[in-house]
Amino acid sequence: MRWRGWFAVLLTAALALVLCFLTLPVVAIFVDTSPGELLSSLGDEGALDALRLSLECSAVAVGVIVAVGTPAAYLLASRRFPGRAAIVTLVELPLVLPPAVAGIGLLAALGPNGVLGGLVADAGIQLVLTTAGVIVALTFVAAPFYLRQAQAAFEALDRTWLDASRTLGASEARTFLRVAIPTAGPGLVSGLALAWGRALGEFGATLMFAGSFRGITQTVPLAIYERFSTDFTGALALSAVLVAVSAALLLSVKLLTGPAWLRGAAR
Amino acid sequence: MLRVEAQARLGPFSLDVALETPAGSCLALAGPSGAGKTSVLRVVAGLVTPQRGRVSCGEDVWLDTDRGVDVPPERRRCGYVFQEYALFPHLRAWQNVAYPLRDVPRRRRRRCALELLERFGAAHLADARPSTLSGGERQRVAVARALARRPAALLLDEPLSALDARTRASAGRELAGALRDIGVPALLVTHDFTEAALLGDRVGVVDGGRVVQLGTAAQLAAAPASAFVADFTGAVVLTGTARAGRDGLTRVALDGGGSVASTDSGDGPVAVSVYPWEIALAAPTTPRSGSAQNHLTVEVVSITAVGNRVRVGLAAPQPLTAEISDASVRELALAPGARAVASWKATSTRLLSR
Repeated sequence: MRWRGWFAVLLTAALALVLCFLTLPVVAIFVDTSPGELLSSLGDEGALDALRLSLECSAVAVGVIVAVGTPAAYLLASRRFPGRAAIVTLVELPLVLPPAVAGIGLLAALGPNGVLGGLVADAGIQLVLTTAGVIVALTFVAAPFYLRQAQAAFEALDRTWLDASRTLGASEARTFLRVAIPTAGPGLVSGLALAWGRALGEFGATLMFAGSFRGITQTVPLAIYERFSTDFTGALALSAVLVAVSAALLLSVKLLTGPAWLRGAAR
Repeated sequence: MLRVEAQARLGPFSLDVALETPAGSCLALAGPSGAGKTSVLRVVAGLVTPQRGRVSCGEDVWLDTDRGVDVPPERRRCGYVFQEYALFPHLRAWQNVAYPLRDVPRRRRRRCALELLERFGAAHLADARPSTLSGGERQRVAVARALARRPAALLLDEPLSALDARTRASAGRELAGALRDIGVPALLVTHDFTEAALLGDRVGVVDGGRVVQLGTAAQLAAAPASAFVADFTGAVVLTGTARAGRDGLTRVALDGGGSVASTDSGDGPVAVSVYPWEIALAAPTTPRSGSAQNHLTVEVVSITAVGNRVRVGLAAPQPLTAEISDASVRELALAPGARAVASWKATSTRLLSR
């Protein structure tokens, strides 16, 4: 019993330490900013621009990721083919890539002198140092988070639901839309939330590939970094806004799109 | 008429079957798990394509590997009731039933689905989610859903095995009734011989991807073609009509003559099942003694040794089988054509509604 006593204390202490360390910086941001400062920093036009840009770019990036990533993840989850393991690894690679490396990689691939640079330029698309470039950087960095989750969600589906749908007159495409996506819903939504969170916080790749121009490529993390050396209070206020916006966004995504049938099933 | 021929290597075992079942008749494939029964259903439904095979239903050819015909599952008109039922968890019961009703205008779908549910006494479940339904309720919704598209053939995979013992009998009776009403060929798969006997007009015993014997349940039980079939059929199945007796036992008048008693309750048409090793044989002249309530005068039809036991095929006049020791066979001087009295206890007599 004595042993159990000290072990319980150890577990509790470890959790308390984790909790303190992980929440302290977030709490500090709010403790250090008064509501007045928060409001006045929101009145700052640069801050509002950064916030708008962050929301727009991350929304477009997540939209692209979901639109292309969902069918791709379904293919990876539902078929066995040679080279599949290699493809899965390649898709997950950006997860372990340092953001700076991602930025350099994007420049080398899509920059003016990049591998596909000529092609991109011929198509009349300007990526480097533009808003479109921000979206490309966010998409590149956030996509693996969604793909991983979506693939796992599709793999966890009961195959007989898909078989049943086919015998009930639905084609493969209809089965994907009407059965696979709704039943994998919870997993897809949590993948979407992860990817969106990652996109909102993206810093390194955006800075390298798109630069940091107010109103064009300066997302909230870049704006925070710019203020940090000259206006610490402003940086702090903007950080608080980003934390609040991200938390609210992720929470509402989970609450709004979480499938009703799961909540009904929780008996 | 549903015709199936398939030869395939599917993972560790090979499948080689040729079956046919006429409209309005149910063929039950029975065998141990892993015998390839479900693979036959999947071939018919088009969920798996065999190396060689031909599947036709009436005039429609769904699969003909020789001519390169392979109709995708959604265009084969198969109603498939899956093991565990495979109801879509994100849809309510009525939406599950309405899922295949794409030809019906949207505003009439709910009414159509309700009518189908009504047929299986499940209209009150229309707005429930599958996760809140009991096994028996899910089964009704699944059968209603499988029939929604007016299938040309019906496939059932272990339709009763997900149910508890209490609901199995009534669900089985309802299903047997539904199979008769639909009038399409039905193919059913089960690991339980009693279930096959209850629901199938004919029973095919499947082992190692092959149908080893095909016939009515009574034929299989009375004259198994192999020791495997004999072992698998296990119970003797007799048909008759039950009514409550005055002594608290249920009396069953057997079709074709004779009467037995059971401690199970039952009323109307029933299947009587008893295990062969619970049936004792005696010479017709021996005075009745002991606690057995059931005595039928029988004629010995066949004598088959199975290991250290002997299976004695009997006509009562319905076929039944007793399993006794070799020593008893010699003591009683049993031989085909001999007469004997078969006795067993009312407590070992199971009644199944049919």
